[in-house]
Amino acid sequence: MLAQIEGSRAVAETVALCRPEVVCAYPISPQTHIIEAVGVMVKEGRLAPCEFINVESEFAAMSVAIGASATGARAYTATASQGLLYMIEAVYNAAGLGLPIVMTLANRAIGAPINIWNDHSDAMAVRDSGWIQLFAETNQEAADLHVQAFRLAEELSVPVMVCMDGFILTHAFEGVDLLEQSFVDSFLAPYDPRQVLDVDHPVSIGAMVGPEAFEEVRYLAHLRQLEALERIPAIAAEFTAATGRHSGGLIHSYRAEDATTIVVAMGSVLGTIKDAVDIRREAGESIGVVGITSFRPFPSAQVREALGHASQVVVIEKAFSIGHGGILATDVAMALRGSDCVIREVVAGLGGRPITRQSLERLFYRVEQGEVESLLFLDLDVDVVNREVERMRSTRHSGPSAENVLRDLGEPRVGQVS
Amino acid sequence: MTRRPIHFYQVGSFAVGNRLLSDGERTVQSDAARTNSIDSGHRACQGCGEALGARYALDAAMRATGNRVVAVNATGCLEVFSTPYPETSWRIPWLHSLFGNAPAVATGVAAALRVKGRDDVRVVSQAGDGGTVDIGFGALSGMFERNDDVLFICYDNEGYMNTGVQRSAATPPAARTATTEVVGPHPGNAFGQGKDLPRIAMAHDVAYVATATVADLHDLEAKVERAMQFRGARYLHILVPCPLGWGSDSSETIHVARLAKETGLFPVFEAEYGVVTSVSKIRRVTPVEEYLKLQRRFAHLFGKNPRPDIVTHLQEIANRNIERYGLRDEEVVAPRHARTEVEV
Repeated sequence: MLAQIEGSRAVAETVALCRPEVVCAYPISPQTHIIEAVGVMVKEGRLAPCEFINVESEFAAMSVAIGASATGARAYTATASQGLLYMIEAVYNAAGLGLPIVMTLANRAIGAPINIWNDHSDAMAVRDSGWIQLFAETNQEAADLHVQAFRLAEELSVPVMVCMDGFILTHAFEGVDLLEQSFVDSFLAPYDPRQVLDVDHPVSIGAMVGPEAFEEVRYLAHLRQLEALERIPAIAAEFTAATGRHSGGLIHSYRAEDATTIVVAMGSVLGTIKDAVDIRREAGESIGVVGITSFRPFPSAQVREALGHASQVVVIEKAFSIGHGGILATDVAMALRGSDCVIREVVAGLGGRPITRQSLERLFYRVEQGEVESLLFLDLDVDVVNREVERMRSTRHSGPSAENVLRDLGEPRVGQVS
Repeated sequence: MTRRPIHFYQVGSFAVGNRLLSDGERTVQSDAARTNSIDSGHRACQGCGEALGARYALDAAMRATGNRVVAVNATGCLEVFSTPYPETSWRIPWLHSLFGNAPAVATGVAAALRVKGRDDVRVVSQAGDGGTVDIGFGALSGMFERNDDVLFICYDNEGYMNTGVQRSAATPPAARTATTEVVGPHPGNAFGQGKDLPRIAMAHDVAYVATATVADLHDLEAKVERAMQFRGARYLHILVPCPLGWGSDSSETIHVARLAKETGLFPVFEAEYGVVTSVSKIRRVTPVEEYLKLQRRFAHLFGKNPRPDIVTHLQEIANRNIERYGLRDEEVVAPRHARTEVEV
């Protein structure tokens, strides 16, 4: 059913079609519209039997999901940014226990400085937690990924995080083809837990494991993620066969097959990148795009196959490892090790800074001209940075950098601090 | 209600032996068919109050529910000593997630059971005092406030014993711990700090709040049974002496727990919907010295440089409890070895 709706609404409607049994959430922008909508549906009785738990923190949200999932209920929650960090201990725990919880992550920057807008710092902070992390390019894909996420999570007993760009996707109204209940019911069987708290068959879940077995338990978690590399494309293919839509999978390629320069990115920025690539193609450049849908597990083999023929790869990412550089770029470099391909790391869109088509066109032109060094911060205001660097060099009590930068800019330019 | 005279055979303890009670009143542990929810062979220290308290509490919960209990456990001694890989002492479904989230995990279990229509299965969530009054406090308050159908049991040994005896917000004033050492002008833990969780629980207006000690296991069992008669959030706070952390003899666990109650330092009571409904009277008001002297964590108050001023301060705390809860038994002023009456 085609509907002109907000991304959050599309996700909420799709989650509802998945018949969740326990939904728990703590509000944080830009996740709120999703859980508000699910909350209404539960309260109306549309999802019965389903419990909606208003918890006192994100730590409790994930903990409630853990308890519910371990008791055999299909559990769902959503969060973003600081909320994800507040629940991070439970995020690792859910994965360690092998509980197939599905969580929407409305990607948002992490403070300080506090910032409610989009980047991928939150998702990157839990990249090693054992969760599967799928990145949506569009609202259609964000919605569709949730059905696939429940299927994948429950098949493998691994939690799945569906990452969608905060505001850019969550708050954007566009056409989304919502799935039919009958299809979702056929695609997603009722949850049949691998382990469950059952008074008739008591088990101990979460026992202490020492050095004698910890590595083996961890390795088994790795094996399940490797298995996901097989299941993610298989489930996506099954989804495509039934709906005709290409949602999910490991990677998406666009005009990359014959390209000598390939841009790699995740999430909604791929749309803008494709527009810029189209324009550079018209200007005669041999350039294409590979979008990473599955960040964890990282599809190294597929990435190598998709990029191997290129002479240079430009990785554009909305997060970076401070003191090191690109995070996605590091994974791409590992996938390409042994090849002659040159990798350019571009950090862009931090804290919601728009990544414009013009900026990307200029970037691609400069890449083509060989003007881009290995690590570039797109649209960085070098003057402002230099002024603060100089201030810190000359004055011991230079004060908080964020306020200094804002003052130097004359007025808050990149959103207001609240 | 009739009264029949009985003898207190356990001289000096005032405890009533099972042999003197009717079958229906005897402890769960005296029943050969008890569930042994926590089986023997675990790794608790000799004289562990927590192992004793948990065993009695869970077996009582099992009896009260027709053996349908799911237990959630916070990280801590109970979790560690009961499940050293690949062994487990738990003969009931048991889930350990993290240190600070046992109340919220229990909320999730209860929600799932509700969805599944399993009203017959009840949830017990348990933690030590650290997992209750400190790191789990926010989650516990949230669980209380939502009135989730969970009995939360705190096994209070007044410190972080699993990590090597550090101070928690349940550590009593003047007590020595590894982070409140016996140095400086104010040796041991500070006065004027700490959380009184039973009263905080009562302030949430939950259905049932009770305290108990492992000195009166019959009372403990009765409180678990009473707790299981309510739906919604309930809280049971059990004082469990820790020979390791308290520096008490492992054979003195019951004695120490009894003196905690008899001095007034640990008031034993029940409350329903925020109102105290019963208190366990002190049979023989005991000076706090008798309690403190059994524990090396208070040894600095007595030795070569005694601190009677601090002992007096602790006595004042006990006196305040006695007044606040009306713990003095006006009826029974029973000398030792006396014959008295109990309600039957």
